Amino acid sequence: MTTEQLHDVRLHVNGSVHEVQVPARRLLSDALRHDCGLTGTHVGCEHGVCGACTVLVDGTPMRSCLMLAVSAVDAEITTVEGLTEDDGTAQGRLSPVQQAFSDCHGLQCGFCTPGFLTTITAGLRETPDPTEDEAREMIAGNLCRCTGYQNIVKSVLRASEIVAERERGEA
Amino acid sequence: MKPAPFAYLRPATLEEALAALAGEQGAKVLAGGQSLVPLLNMRLAAPSMLIDINALPDLGHVRVAEDGVRVGALARHAEVLGSAEAEQAQPLLAMALRHVAHPTIRNRGTTVGSIVHADAAAEVPMVLRLLEGSVDVASVRGRRTIPAAELFAGPLESTLAHDEIAVEAFFPALAPGAGVAFQEIARRHGDYALVGVAAHVETDGEAVTRARVGFVSVSDVPVVVDVTDAVQDPAGDPAATALAELDPAEDIHATAAYRTHLVKVLAPRVLAAATDHARSRAGEAIHP
Ligand SMILES: Cc1cc2nc3c(=O)[nH]c(=O)nc-3n(C[C@H](O)[C@H](O)[C@H](O)COP(=O)(O)OP(=O)(O)OC[C@H]3O[C@@H](n4cnc5c(N)ncnc54)[C@H](O)[C@@H]3O)c2cc1C
Ligand code: FES
Ligand code: FES
Repeated sequence: MTTEQLHDVRLHVNGSVHEVQVPARRLLSDALRHDCGLTGTHVGCEHGVCGACTVLVDGTPMRSCLMLAVSAVDAEITTVEGLTEDDGTAQGRLSPVQQAFSDCHGLQCGFCTPGFLTTITAGLRETPDPTEDEAREMIAGNLCRCTGYQNIVKSVLRASEIVAERERGEA
Repeated sequence: MKPAPFAYLRPATLEEALAALAGEQGAKVLAGGQSLVPLLNMRLAAPSMLIDINALPDLGHVRVAEDGVRVGALARHAEVLGSAEAEQAQPLLAMALRHVAHPTIRNRGTTVGSIVHADAAAEVPMVLRLLEGSVDVASVRGRRTIPAAELFAGPLESTLAHDEIAVEAFFPALAPGAGVAFQEIARRHGDYALVGVAAHVETDGEAVTRARVGFVSVSDVPVVVDVTDAVQDPAGDPAATALAELDPAEDIHATAAYRTHLVKVLAPRVLAAATDHARSRAGEAIHP
């Protein structure tokens, strides 16, 4: 058996640098989970359909199961672990989207949630005050087996309010 | 579901990429990876080497000139869709791209990669054919331009040689007096089409001088049918003319009969919309 060549890859994730040694075929999703120990990124289908593995690449949502770790060297990656806001405390405070999911019961088993949180975080930057239709369109590329989506749509709308409240310094 | 092992190269220049591709028979180009990586994950493809073109310079452009829109090999679907100038010059491009997958896929997948991938269920290859565009390809042997009519050889098979990299696609601008329209039926918006139909209609005053219709997911290669005669004949049936050249197949998403039905419904609708579009544009040109 020949041993597979390993590549030294420097990943920038949530503001930290991770030096990992991986074969070229290591998917970014697996590198995040197994090599960086960031198991918040979930893996469902591994062909781009379910959205559970969605992370932000330079702020833009992309499927980490359809990227190679070796191909992510130039990018700043944000996973669900990186969404929490720094408020001086050890655990930080929930981001507006995370808080809205908690407020609106936007999750049940939570498997799909990391992908929704990253997707909506970026979506609200582009559409800060979405209509209900725009909220549905924002999450149309993510699958959830539990919630029936209604409370996720509510969470999008609530998150948009929380962003505005925090900007006004109310929350 | 993990890819089989492969060697990996991330060249910094096009020359380096072309030399590597020419030197390795089993090598494949990696662009956005939104079609290739699923194939690797499912082990439907097992290239010996991937040549990642994402670090190549000067290929991310969406350039608009009087004659049309030029899209570089690293322009993502989202960037092409985000160009208001491109939409202005050739509205069909944006009309079709809105149906290509979900935004997250469009953030990574490239428009040129979609053309090279040559999926008859994909919108962009058909649109390039309908607009009579072309693709510029490079290899160690030099450069050439492949007209869209000569680009698609078979299911998921383009006529690029193994050692060629597509560097740019060209979508001609919409001429004055011409109009376009696009409609698609999918299970959910963003899913692959059960049937998608685009029309390109040229008019001279009230008369239609040329009418062509392109189809997604009703044949195994991107197909365009000239229906000018059927449109000019008051008793003509453009959908029937088109169906004579289509081969709707049954799969897990739809029966052949349902696809045939969708062609009959969508083709006349899209032709009417494109004709209206052409006339409204002609009107704008006269009364600016
Ligand atoms: C969940 C999901 C849904 C999708 N839905 C749709 C849809 O509705 N409609 C649609 O059209 N597409 C859809 N796609 C596919 C998507 O549009 C892809 O981005 C596109 O087909 C391929 O572009 P890419 O840059 O990702 O290419 P890659 O996956 O990197 O490459 C695809 C193929 O083209 C070759 N290639 C790519 N670029 C070049 C180049 N410049 N020169 C030479 N060879 C090249 C590669 O070697 C490979 O064989 C979907 C994908 C996913 C994952
Ligand atoms: S695991 Fe990546 S989209 Fe499903
Ligand atoms: S909460 Fe269980 S899959 Fe979405």
